[in-house]
Amino acid sequence: MNAILDLMATTGRGLIAGCRTTGALAVFAVDGLSHLLRPPFYWRMFGRALLEIGYFSLPVVALTAIFTGMVLALQSYTGFSRFSAEGAVANVVVLSVTRELGPVLAGLMVAGRIGAAMAAEIGTMRVTDQIDALSTLSTNPMKYLVAPRLAAGIIALPLLVVVADVLGVMGGFIVSTLKLGFNTTTYLHNTLDFVQTMDVVSGLVKAAVFGFLIALMGCYQGYNSRGGAEGVGAATTAAVVGASILILAFDYVLTEMFFAR
Amino acid sequence: MSAAQSVLPDEHPPPQRPPVPAMHPKIRLRGLVKSFGDKVVLDGVDLDVLPGTSMVVIGGSGSGKSVLLKCILGLLEPDAGTIEIDGRDLLAMSRPERAEVHRKIGMLFQNGALFDSLPVWENVTFGLLAQNRLRRSAAREAAGGFLAEVGLAASVGDLSPAELSGGMQKRVALARAIAAQPDIMFFDEPTTGLDPIMGAIIDGLLVDCVKRLGSTAVAITHDMASARRIGDAAAMLHRGKIVWSGPAAELMNTGNPIVDQFTHGRREGPIQMELRR
Repeated sequence: MNAILDLMATTGRGLIAGCRTTGALAVFAVDGLSHLLRPPFYWRMFGRALLEIGYFSLPVVALTAIFTGMVLALQSYTGFSRFSAEGAVANVVVLSVTRELGPVLAGLMVAGRIGAAMAAEIGTMRVTDQIDALSTLSTNPMKYLVAPRLAAGIIALPLLVVVADVLGVMGGFIVSTLKLGFNTTTYLHNTLDFVQTMDVVSGLVKAAVFGFLIALMGCYQGYNSRGGAEGVGAATTAAVVGASILILAFDYVLTEMFFAR
Repeated sequence: MSAAQSVLPDEHPPPQRPPVPAMHPKIRLRGLVKSFGDKVVLDGVDLDVLPGTSMVVIGGSGSGKSVLLKCILGLLEPDAGTIEIDGRDLLAMSRPERAEVHRKIGMLFQNGALFDSLPVWENVTFGLLAQNRLRRSAAREAAGGFLAEVGLAASVGDLSPAELSGGMQKRVALARAIAAQPDIMFFDEPTTGLDPIMGAIIDGLLVDCVKRLGSTAVAITHDMASARRIGDAAAMLHRGKIVWSGPAAELMNTGNPIVDQFTHGRREGPIQMELRR
């Protein structure tokens, strides 16, 4: 009997802690977003964040996209050749990349790179009193640190995904034409004929949401970190894990919204 | 006159302070309570700081000194009590009113709390830029003036905080705190981590800055030499309450057993350190 009560108590505590964290995260998100609409705006901080999230993430996202497109073409060909459906490789590559793999893989790569960096930077500022110092210098930390990063995440991720889409399709094209013997014109024709505006747009919307989630988790975990270096380390891990899980969960939700009949 | 010159203290006298009735405390705390979970850190703190004086609050590690400062600064919300500045209850004010009061306060953090991502000159002028009292194009030049006031060369302005020694970081942090010519200044453990000579130099700079600006200052420390150098008045915080207050000159001879044990660093006495074995 006691064991059951202990189990229920533990579950209940976990549930309450989960609700509390979700509520705090939601309040933090609304607060951060509200500062995007109210001046002053810190354009320099926004530019810096945009450069950090967008420009400096370009190599890792590009490499991920191009190799993913190449592997996708190879695997699709291997599978489809069993049913003599090799002609569908171009369609599968372009749909998979624009709808799913482009935004999700770019999101996960940026979450690892940027989510961790944001949590570490803001977390270090928290434990060294720099965030308190901002407050004493007539600067709202949410406006100065969080809002520019949220805006940069929302804008930079779709731009990265446009690049990822192009390079992912190009990776599939390279493998299909150079290794698998597809005709260049036919492959391009199949790709362009099959892809629809909605496929690309849905991927870009997903990217904007993922960019927001990555910046939100990085800022939230950093902002609320406690306990010196260990706390900052824990915040960094939590930011990456939290952002990755949220990306995958929201990917399903958004796919339902866009494509479920 | 350029914007840079307009904020240099040598060019202009400190701004006119609103008249305060004689002997009315600049800062008045009554029944201030702050807890974290079950742990009561401030348990009804009463404290008066007279205008133009320097109050030193001493107390052991974990006695709530930093929490006290953070409550006055608005970084923490007290659970109960009142904080009056110039006779107005800070906790009863709207957020914009409170922000206006906090704008008149300068703070020197224990570890400097300089912004790693910004060069020294931008750290020093951060508050002025945030309040639009200075144009960015003029800030670099203005920073040189503030750095000179704390004994640093203008060329230091181009360095990053990570390139500075502990003493230089403290000076830069002080330059940042005084740049906006605050009405009230707070110093959190100003000499922690410094050698005795550098500690004395920093204390001297604090006293000079406070006198020159005509500010009211509150410093928290457990460095007795520093407390006597900085303070006109002193108070001791113990177990969340002010157990003694009086002239800083009497700190070493108060007759209060708690204060005497602390100031003389005696192992035996009414203060029992919480040690875990």
